[in-house]
Amino acid sequence: MSRTTNDSPTTLLEKIWRQHVVVPETGDTPAVLYIDLHLVHEVTSPQAFSVLRRRGVAVRRPDRTLATVDHSIPTAPERWLQGQPIMEGQAALQVETLGHNCSEFGIPLLGIDSEHRGIVHVIGPEQGATQPGMTIVCGDSHTTTHGAFGALAFGIGTTEVGHVLATQCLLQRRPRSLAVNVEGHLGHGVTAKDLALAVIDQLGVGGGTGYVIEYRGPAIRAMSMDERMTLCNMSIEAGARAGMVGPDDTTFEYLAGRPMAPRGEAWDRAVNHWRGLRSDADAEFDREVSIDAGELEPHITWGTDPGMVTTINGNIVSDSGDRHRGALAYMDLEHGREIAGRKVDMVFIGSCTNSRLSDLRLAAAILRDRRVAPGVRAVVVPGSQRVKREAEAEGLDRVFIDAGAEWHESGCSLCIAMNGDLAAPGHYVVSTSNRNFEGRQGSGARTLLASPLTAAACAVAGVVADPRPLLERARRIA
Amino acid sequence: MSTGFSMIRSRSVVLPIENIDTDQIIPARFLTTTHREGLGRNLFQDWRYNDGGEPRPDFILNHPASEGCEVLVAGRNFGCGSSREHAPWALLDHGFRAVISTEIADIFHSNALRNGLLALVVEDDVHEWLMARPGAEVTIDLEECRLRAGDGVDTDFHIEPFARYCLLNGIDPLGYLLSRTPDIECYEARSS
Repeated sequence: MSRTTNDSPTTLLEKIWRQHVVVPETGDTPAVLYIDLHLVHEVTSPQAFSVLRRRGVAVRRPDRTLATVDHSIPTAPERWLQGQPIMEGQAALQVETLGHNCSEFGIPLLGIDSEHRGIVHVIGPEQGATQPGMTIVCGDSHTTTHGAFGALAFGIGTTEVGHVLATQCLLQRRPRSLAVNVEGHLGHGVTAKDLALAVIDQLGVGGGTGYVIEYRGPAIRAMSMDERMTLCNMSIEAGARAGMVGPDDTTFEYLAGRPMAPRGEAWDRAVNHWRGLRSDADAEFDREVSIDAGELEPHITWGTDPGMVTTINGNIVSDSGDRHRGALAYMDLEHGREIAGRKVDMVFIGSCTNSRLSDLRLAAAILRDRRVAPGVRAVVVPGSQRVKREAEAEGLDRVFIDAGAEWHESGCSLCIAMNGDLAAPGHYVVSTSNRNFEGRQGSGARTLLASPLTAAACAVAGVVADPRPLLERARRIA
Repeated sequence: MSTGFSMIRSRSVVLPIENIDTDQIIPARFLTTTHREGLGRNLFQDWRYNDGGEPRPDFILNHPASEGCEVLVAGRNFGCGSSREHAPWALLDHGFRAVISTEIADIFHSNALRNGLLALVVEDDVHEWLMARPGAEVTIDLEECRLRAGDGVDTDFHIEPFARYCLLNGIDPLGYLLSRTPDIECYEARSS
């Protein structure tokens, strides 16, 4: 990779952008931007492969492409009893189609039988495919997750999936930069998810449109990679094209020894290069906002977009506009009322936002030696088969099962609800996923987004509840 | 991709809702298709039909006046959420050729233009005028980058110049990208 030489201070975004420009942007034409890693899944790729086939074009760099199945794969254990999941016709065809496409075009596939299979945004980092300084795309908006490693990572549509398959490039205008400075440190029981919801609360669900967010400051430096991924994952919910965190020792320690990470001398060279990937001290951002992590409480959404959010002990604060009125009607909630104490029918712990081992440990810290409240269905879905094995190795599956929760195979599950995992109409679902849109978890289902701690606490209480008192008790017992 | 089109002239349909996400435009349960055709019948499915699949009489697309309309005027931040290109495919399949709002989400915007669905961002005053007048006769002149509606709107609009060029001339951006293969080979040689 060529190094940038420039005297004026530059942002991380600018550095990565410059290193990937194949043909510079002009007034008439966007830049041709090189893509280092292209992640592919079953739902947004079939029509792109059809275009390639129709035009007689090969995949330019199968070695820079990695495919898996996650969206439409059932996760419920009973659907896997015979060794193969039961899928309805069209979903089965879609999964089969990806298999055919990958074998025809020579693309590595972590398929339905692979022990490395999982949610695309969980396995990229897990395999070490996701690395600092890379440009990474996928036909999925939560590709922003990979920005946690100091990569420029964003979601694209199916036409652009075809562009990258054929040319390893995209036509792009340079996005603007937005610094989110996070001062202080998150308090006990307050997680990266709560910070993500607070950022969306501050920016609004369209506030980040046209920007790439760089999360900076002491609270970010103190975060694990899992936490940074949760935060970057939700950037799209503020409308941002991408979210990123400058790489540091935490990043390098995470990546060292991963199957697809560089080894030996190549590793040393890579780390040396990666250390230069940070925004210069005086770099100017197009926009900056600040947030004090120390003042944050656990957050939970009450409405039908992630910006309709309040603190766990706060009230539902809506405006009188149509959007909020519609949301309150859909959710059957009232303006001005407390969110805590509201009935909960279901709890979902999983999704590319919060399904990694540390997320499951948080949920288990609450559920250990406790029971899911009567009448509540709690579903825990690990982000990958590897997360599943690691969780089982430390007994987390027993914690969940003993508490009365379901323990599933990996996949997108209830985040997208197109795989058999579904919430009932009218039911309230406290979910660690990323979208509370109408019908997202099933027609008429009502989603409340929260952290794994809060979701687990709600499962135990049977109502919306603050996790911190339960954590205190867990700490005293330990 | 529509080839060489330049003018849209149609009555408008107004959806006065902010932050319409792509899950509303086309719910995920319809994404198991391996084709891009036929999604129009599920456009705005859960707003348009009741649980029994009957059209909801209060939803605007079910009004006889909406029939044949090619221009959708929607509240701020249209198309947020998922990257599914099925959203513009569904809008186009239904018969829409343009979406107008004060803000359009990034990925949707790009997906729309790549498929020949004009996604136009307009100023607040223009938007207010259009929102207040469902069924207004709207003219979008892509050649002149000019938007006209009734006797109240006559304004320039901005559209990404390369997208406009491709739409006007029926050019497929993939063809352009493939024509840059020598540059891509150079870049790869330099970077390896």
